Amino acid sequence: MLLEVKDLRVEFPTRRGVLTALNGVSFSIAPGEVLGVVGESGAGKSMTGAAIIGLLEPPGRIAGGEILLEGRRIDNLPLAEMRKIRGKRIGAIFQDPLTTLNPLYTIGRQLVETMQAHLPLSDAEARQRAIGWLEQVGIPAAAQRIDAYPHQFSGGMRQRVVIALALCAEPQLIVADEPTTALDVSIQAQIIALLKRLAREQRTAIMLVTHDMGVIAETADRVAVMYAGRIIEIGPVRQVVRHAQHPYTAGLMASIPPLDRKVERLAQIDGSMPRLNAIPPGCPFSPRCPHVFERCRVSRPELMPAGATDAACWLHDQPGASA
Amino acid sequence: MIAAKELARHFDVSKPWLQRTLAREPKRILRAVDGVTFDIPKGTTLSLVGESGCGKSTVARLVVGLYPPTAGQVLFEGKDLAAARAQPEMRRRMQMIFQDPYASLNPRWRVHDIVAEPIRAFNLVPDPAAQRERVAELLRQVGLSPLDGGKYPHEFSGGQRQRISVARALSSNPEFLVCDEPTSALDVSVQAQILNLMKQLQRDLGLTFLFISHNLAVVRQVSDRIGVMYLGRIVELAQSENLFLRPRHPYTRALMEAIPDLEMTGRSRTPVGGEVPSPISPPSGCAFHPRCPLANDRCRAEAPAMLDGVACHAVQEGRD
Ligand SMILES: Nc1ncnc2c1ncn2[C@@H]1O[C@H](COP(=O)(O)OP(=O)(O)OP(=O)(O)O)[C@@H](O)[C@H]1O
Ligand SMILES: Nc1ncnc2c1ncn2[C@@H]1O[C@H](COP(=O)(O)OP(=O)(O)O)[C@@H](O)[C@H]1O
Ligand code: SF4
Ligand code: SF4
Ligand SMILES: [Mg+2]
Ligand SMILES: [Mg+2]
Repeated sequence: MLLEVKDLRVEFPTRRGVLTALNGVSFSIAPGEVLGVVGESGAGKSMTGAAIIGLLEPPGRIAGGEILLEGRRIDNLPLAEMRKIRGKRIGAIFQDPLTTLNPLYTIGRQLVETMQAHLPLSDAEARQRAIGWLEQVGIPAAAQRIDAYPHQFSGGMRQRVVIALALCAEPQLIVADEPTTALDVSIQAQIIALLKRLAREQRTAIMLVTHDMGVIAETADRVAVMYAGRIIEIGPVRQVVRHAQHPYTAGLMASIPPLDRKVERLAQIDGSMPRLNAIPPGCPFSPRCPHVFERCRVSRPELMPAGATDAACWLHDQPGASA
Repeated sequence: MIAAKELARHFDVSKPWLQRTLAREPKRILRAVDGVTFDIPKGTTLSLVGESGCGKSTVARLVVGLYPPTAGQVLFEGKDLAAARAQPEMRRRMQMIFQDPYASLNPRWRVHDIVAEPIRAFNLVPDPAAQRERVAELLRQVGLSPLDGGKYPHEFSGGQRQRISVARALSSNPEFLVCDEPTSALDVSVQAQILNLMKQLQRDLGLTFLFISHNLAVVRQVSDRIGVMYLGRIVELAQSENLFLRPRHPYTRALMEAIPDLEMTGRSRTPVGGEVPSPISPPSGCAFHPRCPLANDRCRAEAPAMLDGVACHAVQEGRD
């Protein structure tokens, strides 16, 4: 395994008490594998990514568990050492492109500096590669626009620059938080093709957070579904998309707008995810679950084998239930 | 209700004057929006789709008056937009939801004050208790809890922040809403809630929408009509269902091809070939010609005019 996350727990001390944002999150990613991460807004997807790359925003902190890269713990490294790993071995693509780009430097300078910090390249070589990366992510007239500043690009183009920045040092693991959310389909197709190529040819491992099930279906090998700070289902992409075993996953899949027809009203899961300080006892999905029964309200289900996936749902812990 | 006539917005992206003069470089003008015409009848939704950088957000900003147009005009109920926006009552009636939920919320304000700001600015609900109740109702409508009103934006995730901006936009009871990628940062289950909410508000209150999204499945669910943009121009404008059943412009067809496939039929998608040309020096003739399978000499020389909802020589000559 390239990346192993074991029983990760992330806490936020606040004036109103300690919030547990992640609770018992475990998964792994092999070299060349794409793990998709989906789930409702606030479920903890970005938080999981931030913990892995060592960029949890204080006062957030890892309060339990381990994160291992090639068998070596990286969750307790000194800041300077983590900074070296980030960029060189782990590349990050954030949800918000503006926080990654420095508004005062040209796009070219940012790419060149990032590459030179990690790879032995002359100025001319680095500049040539920078243009190559901009072309790879679909920036038109890359050679002319390399000296532009971030504000001169549209939102979608800035996001592509951020992707180029994350890829240019050729990391082993890429944590991509909604890399294509701001992009439209044709560029999205290009970026996805690029990520898939990196996974296949360079054996890059990718953790891909996105709301777009179409992207997940086409890109990911496995999918983790998060809810209220936990993974509630994880398994091979086909199984999760087509034969979801957890009622929340099933609801999520049903609410995807269809492309082939217009519907009067989209299927929706009523209500909202519980706040972190008000997670109900028992199954966190129980207040919204159409299948809820007695046991769900008192006792919390952990991930258990369910069909071809693992799901945290008591429906799969009945005598004679799936194996 | 709202109409755009030959709307254009150009940006000067030249190097600083001295540098440019020394290097004897000409001025560089970026034509972000270049001659866009449409109208949106009351109570209907017009959507704009197209690749990033094609000018969708710029149109949105022009339509609510955040940018003055370089040429052309926006009419709100037949009145010029600048004149219309001079009246607070008119400003109340049009609101915008931005693409970037991070940049559009004041980080130092509590959520309650962010959502209540338009209510106060237009003095819609003077009584403080009633105002608090109205904000609570808005927060519930977008799937947040009234208790969230006491928090600051940084305490929320990206999707939760977008819900706050939706609540704020709705708080002044607008009649015309410009939504720039309103659900792009949202997960599908919340997206379904927001889209259902938008459709319901349209049915109940007769709202008019200009809707911008790159997600064609979402666009299909909400639109009456759809405009497909390419390099600052609308290349096809059609009834939503017609566009999906019979896309006519070669670019529209390419876009439909490029949609990710949930069925995983193994069909390898054909991304639109080639790259988006720079809007600083767009190709001659039809701007789509370097990527178009139907391009010929006429396309390279002459820009096609919009005729019967499509701007394409091949379609107009019947050789599509
Ligand atoms: N203030 C500005 N100065 C210079 N160029 C600008 C400015 N604002 C926008 N542009 C340029 O105008 C063009 C259109 O930008 P706009 O943001 O409207 O595109 P968009 O279609 O909404 O893209 P995206 O979906 O990626 O945000 C782009 O080429 C962009 O770089
Ligand atoms: N600084 C903070 N203080 C308190 N709670 C926070 C903070 N940042 C995020 N959270 C909470 O942590 C949870 C997970 O957030 P995040 O990982 O950003 O979600 P998402 O799945 O949308 O990426 C959310 O409930 C969010 O409100
Ligand atoms: S454990 Fe119970 S409440 Fe939770 S998802 Fe399963 S059936 Fe629903
Ligand atoms: S005008 Fe010519 S180049 Fe342009 S879309 Fe039509 S056929 Fe293609
Ligand atoms: Mg997030
Ligand atoms: Mg935009």
